[in-house]
Amino acid sequence: MKFSVLVNEGPFTHQASDSAYHFVKAAIGKGHEVMRVFFYHDGVNNGAKLSSPQQDDRNIVKLWSQLGKEHGLDLVICVAAALRRGIKDDVLAEGFRISGLGQLIEAGMETDRLVVFGD
Amino acid sequence: MAEPVDIPEDDEPGEDVKKFMFVNRRAPYGTIYALEGLEMVLITGAFDQDVSVVFMDDGVFQIVKGQDTKAVNMKNFSPTYRALEGYDIDKLYVERESIEARGLTAEDFVVPVKVLSAAELAGLMAEQHVIISA
Repeated sequence: MKFSVLVNEGPFTHQASDSAYHFVKAAIGKGHEVMRVFFYHDGVNNGAKLSSPQQDDRNIVKLWSQLGKEHGLDLVICVAAALRRGIKDDVLAEGFRISGLGQLIEAGMETDRLVVFGD
Repeated sequence: MAEPVDIPEDDEPGEDVKKFMFVNRRAPYGTIYALEGLEMVLITGAFDQDVSVVFMDDGVFQIVKGQDTKAVNMKNFSPTYRALEGYDIDKLYVERESIEARGLTAEDFVVPVKVLSAAELAGLMAEQHVIISA
């Protein structure tokens, strides 16, 4: 099946990003395709490379970057939501790109399921 | 005699049209979900999809008439919902249980809405291809 994923919450405050990460990893592991992961609302903070959690905790931003690199994932940060929250290309973690909301709608149009993670 | 012309698939009406539903469940102010949710709906309007917008729980307050946000120093974005019609987004629904619990009626909103019960909305949701809730 062809999936796309929407992440609506930032890292650490909320489990949404962790759950989305595990979902994407599991889906790819089962042989499904993940066309795009779109980050909206506070979810844009998942692509901020300045995030430095404590050593004994998971580094969510890095985990996404690594997963993106391994599987050539399209990790898209919403530009309008990002600019509001101080996320620009200069603080963008590896493997993420900034683009418009149209990328989310396109993902919904072109995949079998759009799975939303948030409240 | 002219050669028969192949009509490209994407010229056929109805091709690539999916049913998108946006479910607004939160109050307009206090969190950003309502405002950014509306931004999503407006963008979808540019993609010629079959769009429905649902207001339920405190989300019904997003479209209530007579909002005055001066005291909280936030922009009153409720007039923007009236722009949806210009994007051919006119399937606007409110959940009956939510408005009854809050003492509202179908006349209290800035846009024309259809009032549906939770059970009717569930049926509508089951028909959608994409549901985005905020």
